[in-house]
Amino acid sequence: MSEPILSLRGLHTDIAQYHILQGVDLEVPRGQVTMLLGRNGVGKTTTLKSIMGQWSAKSGQILYDGQDITRLPVSARARAGIGFVPEDMGIFRDLTVEENMVLGCTTGPLDPARKDWLLSAFPALGTFWHSEAGNLSGGQKQMLSIARAMVEERKLYLIDEPTKGLAPAIVSTMAQALRELKAQGASILLVEQNFSVARALGDSAAVMDDGRVIWTGEMAELAANKDLQERLMGLSMETH
Amino acid sequence: MTLAPDHKPTFANLSLTDRLGKAMPVILVPILIVLGFVAIGAPSSWLTLTVSGLAMGMMIFIMASGLTLVFGLMDVINFGHGAFISVGAFVGVSVLIALGDWTGAASLLLNMAAILLAVVAAMAVTGALGWGFERVIVKPVYGAHLKQILVTVGGLIVIEQLIYVIWGPDEIFINRPEMLKGAVTFAGAAMEKYRLLAVGIGLVLFIAMRMVLRRTKIGLIVRAGVENGPMVEALGYRLRIVFVGVFIAGSALAGLGGVMWGLYQEVITAGMGEEMMVLVFIVAIIGGLGSVEGAFIGALLVGLLQNYVAFLEPKLALVSNIALMTTILMWRPQGMLPVVKAK
Repeated sequence: MSEPILSLRGLHTDIAQYHILQGVDLEVPRGQVTMLLGRNGVGKTTTLKSIMGQWSAKSGQILYDGQDITRLPVSARARAGIGFVPEDMGIFRDLTVEENMVLGCTTGPLDPARKDWLLSAFPALGTFWHSEAGNLSGGQKQMLSIARAMVEERKLYLIDEPTKGLAPAIVSTMAQALRELKAQGASILLVEQNFSVARALGDSAAVMDDGRVIWTGEMAELAANKDLQERLMGLSMETH
Repeated sequence: MTLAPDHKPTFANLSLTDRLGKAMPVILVPILIVLGFVAIGAPSSWLTLTVSGLAMGMMIFIMASGLTLVFGLMDVINFGHGAFISVGAFVGVSVLIALGDWTGAASLLLNMAAILLAVVAAMAVTGALGWGFERVIVKPVYGAHLKQILVTVGGLIVIEQLIYVIWGPDEIFINRPEMLKGAVTFAGAAMEKYRLLAVGIGLVLFIAMRMVLRRTKIGLIVRAGVENGPMVEALGYRLRIVFVGVFIAGSALAGLGGVMWGLYQEVITAGMGEEMMVLVFIVAIIGGLGSVEGAFIGALLVGLLQNYVAFLEPKLALVSNIALMTTILMWRPQGMLPVVKAK
C-alpha cells in the first residue's frame, strides 16, 4: 500500500480556552475519498482548519505528501497543493464569479480547458460569470466555492460540508463533480453530514467523537453495519 | 459528464428605489454641487469654490487612500499616518528649495520637473519610512487595536520630533513655482492654477488606483484580502507581503499628499500631518473603511462642503465636516460604500 497523502499524529488544537482536538490520529490514502464523520461539535471542522493551518496545532504532527507541515503558514500549505473549501464557503462577495475563479489560480492564468470542464459541471457559474458573487444563491455560492478550489489541480482537497442546506438536485451535481475530481486522481478529505452522499462517494471513513478519531475503516463496512453506526454516531445512516 | 439540473435564471431589473440606493453615494457629490450653486447664487463664486473644494478633496483623498486600505486589509488603525504627510511635505519642499532656479524660472517645463522631482523624493522617503514603521511599530501589535493606537501615536510623536531635529522648529514658507502662481479666469470665475493641477493629479491617481485594483491580479488580491484575508491565504497568497506593499504605497501616497498640501497652503509645519489626520479619518470613516471609492467620494464631499460653508457661514465651517460625518453615519453606519467583511 502506498504512503498516505496525509497523516495526522496525535494532533491537539485549542480554540481560546477550549481544548477541541484531543489527539487526532488519521490517515488519508492517496487517490481516495475519505469521509470524516461524526456528530456536531466533535471537532471535524477544527481538524480541517488545523490541517490547513487556520488553527495552529498545539502539539502533534501533520505529515502531507511526506513533508512535515505542522508549522508551515497557511499560504505555504495551499501552495504545496492543498485545496480548501471551508464550511462558510469563503466566497468573496464583492468580486465577480470570474474574479473569484481567477483568484483560485495561483500558478498562472485560468486554464480554458479547466474552465470549460467546471462550467459544464456547474453551468450556473457561466450564467453569472460577470455578476458579483454576493448576489448568487446559496447553492450557487457553494458551487463557486468548490469550483474555485478545483480550478487548479491540487493533490489534496479538504472540503467541509459542501451539501449543507442544498436542494437535492444541486447535491447530486456536487457529488458528480467530486466523483470526477476523484477520477482525476485527487485525494479528498470530506466532512459530510449527508449520509447518502457519504455512502456514494466515500472509499474510507473516519468517525470522530470528543476531539478524537474513534473509528477508521472502509466506508462500505460502516454503511453496511447499522449497529456500528448507532454506536459511533448515535444514529443510523438510514435515518438520513 | 452529468449536467446540473435545468436551471434558467432570469435577470430582474432592480426597482428605481434600489438603484437609487446603490448609486446614492455617487450621486451625493453632484447633489452637493447643485445645492452649493443654489445657496451661493453667484455662478463665478460658485465655480471658484467648487474648483477649490474639488482640489482640497483630491488632496485629502490621496492622503486617505492608503490609510483606508491598510485598515481594510489588516485591521490596523494607524494614527502614525500623519507623520508620513509631514515628512513628505518637508522632503518635497526641501527639494523645491534646492531647485530654486527651476521653480523660479518662467518655464512650465522646469516648474513641473521640479515638482516631479520633489514628489518622487517625498514618495521614496515616506515609502521607505513606511516600510520601517510597519516592521518596527505596527508588526508587533497586529490584532490589538488599543496597542495599535498607543504605539502609532507614539511613532507619530517621535517622527514629528525628528522633523524638528532635522529641519528646525520653525514653520517653512514656500512659494509655488512661477508658472503655477496666480489664476486663470473662466466665465468670470478666478481659478487658481495650482488647484486645477491638484484636481488633475488627484483624478489621474484615483483612476490609476481603480485600474490597479480592478484590472490587475494584485488589485484582486488586495480587494479580496480586505473582504476575507484568511481565505486569500488559504488560496495560497502571502497576505503579509501584500500588506507590507500596501503599507509602503499608502505611506508614499501620504507623502505625495503632504507635498501637494504644503504647496496648497504655502507653509509647512511638523504638526501639519497630525492636523490633517482629523479630515483623513473623517473621509476614511464616511467612505467605509477599506473602500478606496468610498474614500474618494467622502473626500470630495468634505472638500466641497468645507469650501461652500466657509463662504456662506464662516463660523460653521469648523463643524461642517463633523456634521457631515454624523449625518452620513446616521444614514449608513458602516460608511457610504462599506466593504462587507467575512465573519
